Amino acid sequence: MHATASSAGAPGFQRVYVWELPVRFYHWLNALCILVLTVTGFIIANPPAINTASEASFSYWFGTTRFIHFVTAYVFVFNFAFRIYWGFVGNQYADWKNFLPLRLAQFREVMSVLKVDILQSSNRPLLAVGHNALAYLTYFVMFLVFLFQVASGFAMYANMSDAWFPHLFTWMTPLFGGDAGLHFWHHLATWFFILFTLIHVYLVFYHDYVEGHGVLSSMAGGWKFLPSSALKSPDGKSWFGGAKAREADDKAGPVI
Amino acid sequence: METSIERAPSVDRDQTTIYEQLTARGVSRRDFLKFCGWMSACMGLGADGMAQIAEALETKKRIPVIWMHFQECTCCSESFIRSSHPIVADILLDKISLDYTETLMAPSGHQAEASLQDTIKKYHGEYLLCCEGSIPTAADGVYCCIGGKTAADIVREVAEGAKAVIAWGNCACSGCVQAAKPNPTSATPINKVITGKPIVNVQGCPPIAEVMAGVLVHLLTFDRIPQLDALGRPMAFYSRRVHDTCYRRPNYDAGLFVESFDDENARKGYCLYKVGCKGPTTYNSCGTIRWNGGVSFPIQSGHGCIGCSESNFWDAGPFYQRLSDFPGFGIETTADKVGLGLGAATIAGAAAHAVLTNIRKHHEIGEQPGESAAEAPPTPATDSHGKGGK
Repeated sequence: MHATASSAGAPGFQRVYVWELPVRFYHWLNALCILVLTVTGFIIANPPAINTASEASFSYWFGTTRFIHFVTAYVFVFNFAFRIYWGFVGNQYADWKNFLPLRLAQFREVMSVLKVDILQSSNRPLLAVGHNALAYLTYFVMFLVFLFQVASGFAMYANMSDAWFPHLFTWMTPLFGGDAGLHFWHHLATWFFILFTLIHVYLVFYHDYVEGHGVLSSMAGGWKFLPSSALKSPDGKSWFGGAKAREADDKAGPVI
Repeated sequence: METSIERAPSVDRDQTTIYEQLTARGVSRRDFLKFCGWMSACMGLGADGMAQIAEALETKKRIPVIWMHFQECTCCSESFIRSSHPIVADILLDKISLDYTETLMAPSGHQAEASLQDTIKKYHGEYLLCCEGSIPTAADGVYCCIGGKTAADIVREVAEGAKAVIAWGNCACSGCVQAAKPNPTSATPINKVITGKPIVNVQGCPPIAEVMAGVLVHLLTFDRIPQLDALGRPMAFYSRRVHDTCYRRPNYDAGLFVESFDDENARKGYCLYKVGCKGPTTYNSCGTIRWNGGVSFPIQSGHGCIGCSESNFWDAGPFYQRLSDFPGFGIETTADKVGLGLGAATIAGAAAHAVLTNIRKHHEIGEQPGESAAEAPPTPATDSHGKGGK
């Protein structure tokens, strides 16, 4: 799709190791946790009446469902904490500074992504080695929802537990007027993850389909396959994952 | 018998101890100790709790009490005077401590106002202010006026000299039904009107009589505010959810649920979670102390908890639905319906985007010039840049 690459016959592609093993591990464990939490969460909110005419002492399936929800919540929390840690020690694509578009370059890339990929008013290729700036921003919002789910969930859980950790979040309860308000917003925020997953999966397919850089498999092996011409930018050592794409953009003139 | 008890109070109630006044009114030592033991059990005190209460009542003078009524239905008073133990209502509060209360006192009009002012002056800094009802703040508080003064003015004036404030019931703690949307009078809970005084929120609509008595006895016995939760409720009575003390709880854990009030499961006494029981989000002692002397409580009578000891429980409804309606989308719009709608819109949007992509970016999709298998360079040419593009 790059003019230079395609005219010269086979494009020169380079394999770039983008997602380190801890990032991939985090991603899939996180995905599993969210799946389990969502499914058990909906069962807890509206349990099917599958048992009838039996003694309560024969069965504990609903208690078990709740137990799975709570245990998974702990796994989710520590996995999330690990990812935050990795934002400080991981490679440039995992860096925490990518997640907020505080620099002008990042903000411009957000606008470019909106034009090229979402509205498709421009067809000029965009190349982000890590995530693009809009994706990073979306993940930042998702992290905020993570924090809310953790805080509201553990605030509700605190009254069933003597452990210190859930009691760190009891300040949430008065903010929502009591447990009922917490339940409501905790339940509502679950829908964010469902909508997020729909769009996330769609966009991964979209990028792989249009760009062919192997973004779908990158979360399995860690590699993306990128045009070597675009990777050979002068400084070549920017911490910002999307910077190289932006430089390539600048050379090609402004996005329409 | 009744008349002899009525005639007895010739003892000076400011100079004698509560125990002396009780015995002067004909309460036996045995009944007195039974009351102390019963209160101690209700408050969840340790083994020596009963002795502490007995000692306090034997050695301490009464606490003067001013009991105000604002926007409320007096169900808190009704609950209190129906306490199963006579010492609680008839003696501890009504005849010994109560210096002013609109509904039970003999004087009226100017005499009543005079007695209120007398109490405020005479016991300044010592009396306990008990409030039933919320304070309207809209239109300068004209929605609740007593003796020409607004509730807000009265409560501020009386609270100024109070040792502590007890907010009785959901009205005083969070505004109850009159604070439900749209809250036309701006009904405001006591703790948002009064500042700088210790306030105990005794929640419920009404609170359980034994809980009310327990809070008073605690103040009397230990001379300090009981341990409160994040919403200002005494932990002794509001630290556990109705759900955690519910005798139907095993059905919940086993997944045995009532689906409608006339089904077989309802007859079997299964959990009322799916028909809107608010027990899992409500903190109160209904499951343990119960009502009317421990006879029953709503869930035992086959109806779910409506969450009357929680803020905004009228707006957190419907009572027969697990989660609240989603605001702004009309009746019976739950979060799930909104979520499903957004999910469908998302899928439709993604599908439209996919179609758009195939139109707008069709040059970039699929095999590009120079990419067919026939034109592919011999391996391993593509690896010429070497490994590790880090």
